Amino acid sequence: MATLFQGVGAATAFSASNKLHLPSRGSLSESKGSIFVVRSDAWMNNLLNLEARQPQRLITSAVATKADSSASTKTGHELLLFEALREGLEEEMERDPRVCVMGEDVGDYGGSYKVTKGLAPKFGDLRVLDTPIAENAFTGMGIGAAMTGLRPIIEGMNMGFLLLAFNQISNNCGMLHYTSGGQFKIPVVIRGPGGVGRQLGAEHSQRLESYFQSIPGIQMVACSTPYNAKGLMKAAIRSENPVILFEHVLLYNLKERIPDEEYVLSLEEAEMVRPGEHITILTYSRMRYHVMQAAKTLVNKGYDPEVIDIRSLKPFDLHTIGNSVKKTHRVLIVEECMRTGGIGASLTAAITENFNDYLDAPVVCLSSQDVPTPYTGPLEEWTVVQPAQIVTAVEQLCQ
Amino acid sequence: MALSRLASSSSSSSSTVGSKFLKPLTAAFSLRRSISSDSNPITIETSVPFTAHNCDPPSRSVETSTAELHSFFRQMATMRRMEIAADSLYKAKLIRGFCHLYDGQEAVAIGMEAGITKKDAIITAYRDHCTFLGRGGTLLEIFSELMGRVDGCSKGKGGSMHFYRKETNFYGGHGIVGAQVPLGCGVAFAQKYSKDEAVTFALYGDGAANQGQLFEALNIAALWDLPAILVCENNHYGMGTAEWRAAKSPAYYKRGDYVPGLKVDGMDVLAVKQACKFAKEHALKNGPIILEMDTYRYHGHSMSDPGSTYRTRDEISGVRQERDPLERVRKLLVSHEVATEKELKDMEKEVRKEVDEAIAKAKESSMPDPSDLYKNIYVKGYGVEAFGVDRKEVRVTLP
Repeated sequence: MATLFQGVGAATAFSASNKLHLPSRGSLSESKGSIFVVRSDAWMNNLLNLEARQPQRLITSAVATKADSSASTKTGHELLLFEALREGLEEEMERDPRVCVMGEDVGDYGGSYKVTKGLAPKFGDLRVLDTPIAENAFTGMGIGAAMTGLRPIIEGMNMGFLLLAFNQISNNCGMLHYTSGGQFKIPVVIRGPGGVGRQLGAEHSQRLESYFQSIPGIQMVACSTPYNAKGLMKAAIRSENPVILFEHVLLYNLKERIPDEEYVLSLEEAEMVRPGEHITILTYSRMRYHVMQAAKTLVNKGYDPEVIDIRSLKPFDLHTIGNSVKKTHRVLIVEECMRTGGIGASLTAAITENFNDYLDAPVVCLSSQDVPTPYTGPLEEWTVVQPAQIVTAVEQLCQ
Repeated sequence: MALSRLASSSSSSSSTVGSKFLKPLTAAFSLRRSISSDSNPITIETSVPFTAHNCDPPSRSVETSTAELHSFFRQMATMRRMEIAADSLYKAKLIRGFCHLYDGQEAVAIGMEAGITKKDAIITAYRDHCTFLGRGGTLLEIFSELMGRVDGCSKGKGGSMHFYRKETNFYGGHGIVGAQVPLGCGVAFAQKYSKDEAVTFALYGDGAANQGQLFEALNIAALWDLPAILVCENNHYGMGTAEWRAAKSPAYYKRGDYVPGLKVDGMDVLAVKQACKFAKEHALKNGPIILEMDTYRYHGHSMSDPGSTYRTRDEISGVRQERDPLERVRKLLVSHEVATEKELKDMEKEVRKEVDEAIAKAKESSMPDPSDLYKNIYVKGYGVEAFGVDRKEVRVTLP
């Protein structure tokens, strides 16, 4: 029984005490029209030997300036992911004078990952602010400034450092809109690189998605390609809600061709990376590439995995995910988050609650081991999910 | 006859030019004075001189007027009455949870309001009922919020510690000790960014003065020349811990080191007014300054604290007899023959009636609807309502 509910009002949801409505078994796809994200890398296409698939339509999201229906893959410009982030940031700073960036070494130094390079000379040091090493204070200051109407972007040099600002993010950022009865909006973007890098050590390889996911009032997104990095950055800046944008240390140098026209992606939508029939693989951030690598092997072995980059970590895009589960009946979640209480754990619970009738097998979740990330290379490799493990898991699930 | 004596006293003290101008007018007044038309300027000396750190203290002579003194008395009586009424409401179990009362410290709230405008911002911690009233809040909003009704300033969802008023730049109302100071510096940053020519007063207590984020925020504020004024409301007790047990250096006004500071008698409303005016001028030109208000609270830390286990009842009654802010203004009014004892008693009776009426009206206000549980978690953006991790709407509706 399809358990997706059609815009249930909050009152009924409350009175039904979390029991979800079961509408008649109609087709789910009709309700959404064709807002779909189909944008794979050109090189992925070649690798997977798929027929040349024209992207049907570029993403239309609420704030898209142009609905580009004639998608062509050869126009546009090539750039690296950190440059895409910078482009998005620069465009939003030009568009709205209230947007400012604060963080350690974002100004003169240009950002520890060069995301803000060149912005300080262009916009001045009142809009691109170098802060001292005081995460708690400058996160609080960003939130205080947002209460008055500014739109600051707070950069954590590494996501792990934002643990020092947890009180500000949890209590003030997430909750002020609620506890003030709607008087104050907090349109901040908190962003920074996280994830397991190349032998950076335990404290610099943290995945904070699991810690932040239960804070009410915030939205979390994870970018994985230059295309969605720029789109999500712009959407996050334009959103009136606090958004935490998770980037990954190892993905900054990915190259892709992105359109010249302005585009904004929807913060709450997932991206269909590779449609398939046999199994749904849900992933985000760096694990997307491990999954695609495994998919190459799987296709050669005769499987047809459907790969979805969930992108939106809070709230989950259960519409896209549900449609996929309805089609394939098997789910594998591949993530870099910790096993205990991570995004995969929440996603497993959400899928089992909502789509249990569509599942032919239990949801399998592959996540990082619950260990501090070791420094030494081979052990660090074993902390995160490797493509071989993904292939094995798919084979087991599809028996 | 009192008026002529006033006129002569004002001319003898050679204060403002206005006194010469007002002399012919005052003679025309009838003996039946109404508060609003009576604005004879008076100059009064503060009880104690200011102690300064790294700056020149302002003069001890404060210019005020009879109308202002009247309004001080009325407002302080209202605040006093309101807090005592909240005490009874709490004991009657109509107010639950935490209730931190401000009686004894009224002079700080009122003196601050007298020295600044509503364009300047104030942010404080959880002892915020009177600060909210001073910023233009109504008694009905206060009591409704305390009792959790919809007519409260935060629609019943904030409670005693979360009063906010955006129109008059009151930024709350914060439960976590010290977290409001970086927020306040952020508001000051926004004021500088938008060139508002306004300042922010970030209030905290002697207990919060030991928080690290204060020094972080102060460092950033001094570095960036922000118009932030940090006000330590030193009531000498951080819940149950006396200041000499919590702070190695209880000279809170000196703790800014490179930031100038001023120690003020917080029970003298005119001294507070003078200090806040001085601080505002200073902050607009030279960046942050710290004010330490030497004040006292009669109640315990909150309603669950009797307030007598860590201090003697003699101490409390001693302060009440010698330094009570309300009595001080009463004595000023009587000694300058601006009002008689009986008039002031009548005013207090009026105030009591106002407070009782507000409580009665607040009791009639309704409890929030269950659907309010989900309101204002997110600002509605892109047409998506998101509750928790599962999105409860099927499609992204474009607005």
